Amino acid sequence: MGNEEPIRVVLAKIGLDGHDRGIKVVARILRDGGMEVIYLGLRQTAAMIVAAVEQEDADAVGVSMHNGGHLTLAPRLVQALRDAGMETPVVVGGIIPDDDVQPLHDNGVAVVLGPGASADEVVASVREAVLANRA
Amino acid sequence: MRSVAELQPLFDEAIAGNRRALGRLLTVIERGGQAAAAVNDLAHAAGGNGHVIGITGAPGSGKSTVTGQMLRLLVAAGAKPAVLAVDPSSPLTGGAILGDRLRMDDGPDSFIRSMATRGQSGGLAVAVPAAVRLFDACGYNPIIIETVGVGQVEVDITGAADTCLVVVAPGWGDAVQANKAGLLEVADVFVVNKSDTPGAKDVRRDLEFMLDLGHVSGHEARRGSRPNIVNTDGISGDGIDEVLAEAATHLEQLATNGKLADRRRRRIGLEIRSHLQQQLEQTVDMLIEGTVGAAHIDQVANGSMRPSEAVQALHARLYDG
Repeated sequence: MGNEEPIRVVLAKIGLDGHDRGIKVVARILRDGGMEVIYLGLRQTAAMIVAAVEQEDADAVGVSMHNGGHLTLAPRLVQALRDAGMETPVVVGGIIPDDDVQPLHDNGVAVVLGPGASADEVVASVREAVLANRA
Repeated sequence: MRSVAELQPLFDEAIAGNRRALGRLLTVIERGGQAAAAVNDLAHAAGGNGHVIGITGAPGSGKSTVTGQMLRLLVAAGAKPAVLAVDPSSPLTGGAILGDRLRMDDGPDSFIRSMATRGQSGGLAVAVPAAVRLFDACGYNPIIIETVGVGQVEVDITGAADTCLVVVAPGWGDAVQANKAGLLEVADVFVVNKSDTPGAKDVRRDLEFMLDLGHVSGHEARRGSRPNIVNTDGISGDGIDEVLAEAATHLEQLATNGKLADRRRRRIGLEIRSHLQQQLEQTVDMLIEGTVGAAHIDQVANGSMRPSEAVQALHARLYDG
């Protein structure tokens, strides 16, 4: 009570992609930005993430991808959330070519963060996406 | 925020098995205030008789891994378990990394919720009993509360479960550590995890010795029984079936010797006490931060009033509003 309610974010590695250093850095950045981070770990499917978002009542989902699967997996995750009746914003981070950013947005991804994103940008963009969805 | 009138339909959905509704109600409980109290009352009216199991231990002892293995066996046996996994919030930023879920298998027959401690103002001691009651009303059984065994509130909450499991692992210390007050006193069952590693036999021996002393000192008689010790390997799952069997036996014992009702009554006492403390604390904060509080603080600071006089005067005001 009193203070603003903390933002709850589910973070996961989706599909076959073991590069989890980046997402651990992001988890720490969001924590230090005052958010509650629920980390699901490696090899998650869209269905597993949806189940976690449901149980955790998360405000946002972040997935990190370094295997080139983002154009397939990210839209699938967005669709799975919408099919479950949730408007939860999806944030995609990792190695995303510039040309793929717009197609991701077209498929409902709220934010795309590349390797150059600063800690402040990460926190601000997640917060913005969550507040836009709450409004 | 959600109004109290909106909560009844959400509650009905949760009771009917809608997991998203349950997730949202848990958020309402976490936020506290009148809406949380209303959800708690609805759950209380709906009732339930689930086995509440606390699991605690030092960071890294394997609580989440053991809990994950328990979930797997419980679901395989046809149970519908729920887990409330509590992790600390940063006192500086309020943020938290809730990583317990990572070590647990999720499925449609279990429900896992992560909860951050969110400050020290008694919020946790109020939110956990309400969340447990809500799980109970929704038919989850057993309901497992996992907390890090650091901090009095966490130990109190876990120790007030029907059955409290304390997880220890090799490397935690010697027989003197085992006799220090706190965590180990609330155990009903000890789980010596990582029993595939050297040191596990030493841990067991130290625990046995501590329990022998508890028998001599009378602690055992007050607590009701001597805790059993189970060796486990969280990774392979060895011994987890035995943990569940011990927990079930403990519940039976409590039901037979009449201590189950005592424990549940004590748990409600702790909950109501926490609510009152939270309210009192808010009243005190308002008084201290208001003009009256400031005036008294100023007078003590400039020497025109004694500290005890200020306390007495403010204390009197607490009760006449």
